[in-house]
Formats: sequence, structure tokens, C-alpha cells
Amino acid sequence: MFRIRFHGRGGQGMKTASRILGSAFFRAGYEVQDAPRYGAERRGAPIFAYVRADRKVINERGIIDHPDLVVVADDTLVGMPAAGVTQGMDAHTLMLINSHESAEVWSQRLNTEASILILAAREDVADRASLPYIGSRCAAAAAALCGVISREILIAAINDELAHLSTDVIERNCQIAQTAFDQMSDQSGLVKQGGSLSAADYIPPEWIDMPFEKAEVSNLAIHAGATSVKVRTGLWRTMRPVIDYDRCSGCTWICSTYCPDGCIDVRADGYPEIDYDHCKGCLVCVAQCPPHAIESIPEQTAREQESGEQT
Amino acid sequence: MTAKLLTGNSAAAWGARLAPVDYIPAFPITPQTEIIEDLAFWVDRGELDARLVTLESEHSMITAAAAAASSGVRAFTATSSQGLLYGMEMIYTVSGWRTPFVLVNVSRGLASPITLESDHNDIMAARDSGFLQIHCATCQEIADGVLIAYRLAEHPEVRVPAIVNLDGFYLSFTREPVDLPDASKAAAFVGEYDPENLQFKGNTPLSQAMAVLGGGPYSYFRYETHLAVERALSIYDEVIEEFAATFGRRYDKIDAYCMDDADYVFIMLGSFSTKARDAVDSLRAAGNKIGLLRPRLFRPLPAALLRQWLRGRRAVAVIDQNISMGMGGILHSELATALYGIDKAPLLASYIGGLGGRDISQQEFFAIADELNLAYQQGAAPPVRLLYTRNEMTEMRKLQAIAQAEHAEIRQAEGKS
Repeated sequence: MFRIRFHGRGGQGMKTASRILGSAFFRAGYEVQDAPRYGAERRGAPIFAYVRADRKVINERGIIDHPDLVVVADDTLVGMPAAGVTQGMDAHTLMLINSHESAEVWSQRLNTEASILILAAREDVADRASLPYIGSRCAAAAAALCGVISREILIAAINDELAHLSTDVIERNCQIAQTAFDQMSDQSGLVKQGGSLSAADYIPPEWIDMPFEKAEVSNLAIHAGATSVKVRTGLWRTMRPVIDYDRCSGCTWICSTYCPDGCIDVRADGYPEIDYDHCKGCLVCVAQCPPHAIESIPEQTAREQESGEQT
Repeated sequence: MTAKLLTGNSAAAWGARLAPVDYIPAFPITPQTEIIEDLAFWVDRGELDARLVTLESEHSMITAAAAAASSGVRAFTATSSQGLLYGMEMIYTVSGWRTPFVLVNVSRGLASPITLESDHNDIMAARDSGFLQIHCATCQEIADGVLIAYRLAEHPEVRVPAIVNLDGFYLSFTREPVDLPDASKAAAFVGEYDPENLQFKGNTPLSQAMAVLGGGPYSYFRYETHLAVERALSIYDEVIEEFAATFGRRYDKIDAYCMDDADYVFIMLGSFSTKARDAVDSLRAAGNKIGLLRPRLFRPLPAALLRQWLRGRRAVAVIDQNISMGMGGILHSELATALYGIDKAPLLASYIGGLGGRDISQQEFFAIADELNLAYQQGAAPPVRLLYTRNEMTEMRKLQAIAQAEHAEIRQAEGKS
């Protein structure tokens, strides 16, 4: 069975990528199961989707723990434990990352036995995560790496899954997908199908007996204020709002009031300040600011600028 | 006929479309909302000749579905979890009206704590209501199950509403190949809805929900509903024969896998049973004669058939994706009742697993099978086991440590102010 996981951020099209790959396998005569895993289904939040494909009926369900292929559309997710990108990866796994950095760097950084490939894009693309059509690129690259899906079937699957969109958009997706498919074609078949577990030789689950604990321990009390501070939702951001204080009129309330996450405070001097640990990058403030004093820049660019300033 | 990839939610919507339904009262809730979205899309495009109305709550939605069925139209609705509970007053009420319609429930754990993921405590809350219950394990079964549910619910000897249950996420958002029944064959199979004496019209006053004084009349109506639900056991067999003859797919009341020579048995409801199928294959390959039973029909419970399947087996693991606080697994209790006093009854072991979408691993099925072997050798069933690992407890302790640190911080801040 092929077991494939796609990791990305809400809005990058990982559900669509999994569906394109699922449809392609299905057209190629495979039994298929594909599903997205939602939680916080918001733009920028980490999400993943998965595909199983086999020659016989698929009884396995739920999250794939031992993937044959992990596709990462956004390399900033790799370091987030909650995104679970590296979960269950081992020497059998192939990992395909959309990144500026090299496979060697990722191998060292993750200290993994998994094989790593980089999803190629032009070097001058600054924010690779916001590359248009990233979903189709990922699906096409995955299809090529599995080695059992032809280019024609891939294109037919894209047409199946994007049928509700305009002809231009479908056409552009097909072109991008073909390029990604061709770029990976010399690695065709690199993904190896995993087997099933044997009941004759398995590691038993380490079950425990649930202890009784008094309500003061086992109730559900969580102090919202403190919890909100600790969960750094700023990691979801793909675009960063930046205040140009030369233009800011110091109105004292508009951006801070419209911020749906309460991430803009007004300082003692009457000017607003954005809490980047928690700003999710929804850009409502950018749209609301009357003198247009807030602009948005790709998060990646902002981080590179920051690290440049530090060195 | 060619299969296509559909989510469980889409398959449910297709079932309603193919029945076909006339009236769809709706209210959104995750993970069910896509069902209503699909139906609304078709109604909007004129592909489904039905009226879709958004109501202000599940309570009204269920009332509207039953009232519509009382006026002689075929009604369909869907909900999940807290929504089913919010409508629970009407779930119990409308079964007593003896109005047939189909409600799809997408199983999701109940608060508290609140979750979006699947478990069966929501559907179990409707267990004693008088609704029939069909539990699905695949997307194919969902589309087919809705058609079967209409036939069964509308049968003149049954005439109570039916719930078709599917698991959130594991089916609702998961695409699988589904062979959709041909529209004209499906419509012919379900047939025309005959409301008989239910002729609720604006110009013909009719009381559907009368009060009775005294337990005598009350007992009559309540027990008649019970008998009607029980009658669905034999009607189901007729309906399913016809379904198999028409569409080539057979849905016995209890799905039995590798049972002929099984010494040991897994028994469970819903989509996690397909995982158990894989485990049965692996265990058989390793020399363990184990099988799997999955009741499709849960209300009425095919108790006689369960006895037939289980008499003479060595040990049975009941895996409940639900929990009755203060008692344990509900299917386990029901099996114990069904098997009580029969000769050659198997040992019955109870496992609680898959609460709130928690996965059940293949290793866990293997370990359960090992425990059944041991139980047989020792002649006693093991104590109830929650499927919960040391790692999960460690993660839980980390969360608790954060909560406690926060609590201490806040206490300290309060002390200073």
C-alpha cells in the first residue's frame, strides 16, 4: 500500500493536493482513500491531508503513522511539533520539502534516516510557501515519485478535482503540475510501498491502568489568559502586517479594535504595536487602517530581514 | 456502473438524493455540514426537486422533519453530537408520532471536554428513543444505508423514524470509492412513501401528540412503538434480500468476517471495524483463529442472531467506542444481556477505545487477541480495559503541568494585587 501525507498551511491547497493524487491513483486502477485532517481550519494554521492507495480494498483508516512519502509545502512547519511533520518517519520514508535549503541541511537538521528531496523552484522566488499552485505542484511531484501514475492520468485528475474553477485556472494548474512532474521524473518510483504489521511479531502497546484522581486534579479548569499567551499562534502567519510609524496617524483605536485576536496594543505614546508572537496574519488591520500605514510582507522575507539585522 | 470517490458526507447526501427526498430541514454542525451543503447545491441547481429550509435549531429541525412526514412527504435531515442532544426532546417525541423519516447522524464525541472527533456517545444517547439505528463502516454503506433506512422506516409494519450513523472524520471527510445506485433503480427500490392515516393538512385538524392520563394508555402506545421497532428485525431481512437482488450488495444485520471456525471474536460498531478486519487477517496469518462481528442494525438489536454467532466461542472482546459513566461500554452491557444464561456462552471481555477519535492501533488489536487467549486458558475474563498508553498519559501530564503552572502564576498575581 502507498501511504502519503501532505503537510501545509490552511490556504495552500493540501486537501486539494491529496484529492488530485487520490483521483490519479483511482484513475490508475487503485483502491483509494484520501482525507484532510482539520482542527483549526484557518488560513495559515498547520493542516495535513493523506492518501492511501492499494491494489486491494483498503481497511486501514485514520492518520497515517508510517508514511512512505511525506510532502511538505511549507518548510516553516517542520520545526513545529504540533504540525507533526516528521511523525513516524524512518529510513523507509521519502520526504519532499519545498525549501530554499538543501537536502543535506535538512538531513542534518532533522537527524533523520529518511531520504530527503527538495521540491525545485526558481531561486528568485522569495516566499516559496505562497508560491501559487503549490497544491498542484506537490500532487504532481508526489505522483511522479510514486512511479505508477502517468502524466495523462495526472492531468485528468487535476481536471476532475478543479472542475469547479475557470478554464484558465485549470490550464495554469496543469502546466505547473506537468513541470513539477517532469522535474521529478528521473526519481520516478523512488517511493516504496510499506507493508502491513505482523501479528506474530509486534511490539505490544504499553497500556496503563487509568488512576483515580480527585476533581481538583481531573477537572477541566484552564486559565484562558495564561493559555492564550503560551500558544504562539504567530507561527501560523504567512504574511506579516508591519506598521509604518511615519504614516500612522496615532488614531489610537482602529487597528487595535478590529484585530480579531487582540494582538494590537496601544503603547503609552499613543501608537499601536503588534504582538507578533500571537498575530496570525489575517491582515484585517491592513484593510482597516485609514491612512494605509500598515503594509503586509511575506513572513519569510520579514524573518530574513530580522536575521540580517541581527548579524 | 462505475464507482467514484466520495466522502461519507457526500455519500449520505447522495442517499437522500436517490431516495429521493422531498423536504430537508437543516441546521449546520461539524462534521455534518457538508451533507446539507451538497443537498443545498443540488436543490439550487434544480438537480434535486426538494425544498430545503434552514431552521433555527436541531429541536425545530427534527420537529419539522416529523411534521413534514406527517403531511405525507419524504423528509431527510442530518446532525451530529451536541446537535443531536439539543434535538433530543424531539427525537423521543417524534418516534411516538410514528412518522417515518431518515436522520443521518455523524458521530462525534460529546462535551465536556468538547471535541470535533468521532465517538459513539452521541448516537447511544438516542438508543432508547424508538428510532431505528443503522451503523455504517464504509462510505458505500452510507449511500446504500440511507435507501435501506427509508424502506425500513416507511414499512407499514414498522413506521418509525430511522438514524443512519457514520463516524466523523474517519468517514465524514474521508473519500472512498462508492458505486452509486442507479437513480431510477434506487427510486423503484425505495418506492412511493405511503403515509397511510398520516394526513396532516392545514384544513384537516389532527392531533399527533396527544396527552394521555394514566399509565394504561401510555403503556399501550409505548409498547406498540417497541414492538414496531422489533418488527423491523424481520422486515430488514426482506428489504435486504431485495436490495441484494437489485444492487448486488448484501448487508446482513450483522457483518460477520472469518467467523465460521473462529474461537475468538472481536465485536464492535462503526468504521473502526475495518481496522479490526485487517487485524483479523494478520492474526489468522499468525495462527490465531479469530473473527469479527459488526452489528449494522443496532436498533432493533439482533440479539438472537448474536447468540447464534457467539454460542460455543471461547472468548469475545467487545470494543466500545462509547462509555456509560458508572457502568462502562454500552455494547458490552447489551451483549452480556443477550448472552445471559445461554449454554456454551463465551467469556466476555470489555474494552473501551477510540473515544474522541483516539485511534486504535493494529498492535492493540493483536494485544487484545492475546488477552483473549490468556482469558480462555485461565477461564476468566480480564478486567475492563481503557485503551490508553503510557505515552498518552505522559502527554496528559505535560498539559496538566502547564495548567498547574498557570494556576500558580495567577494565584501569585492575585496575592500581589
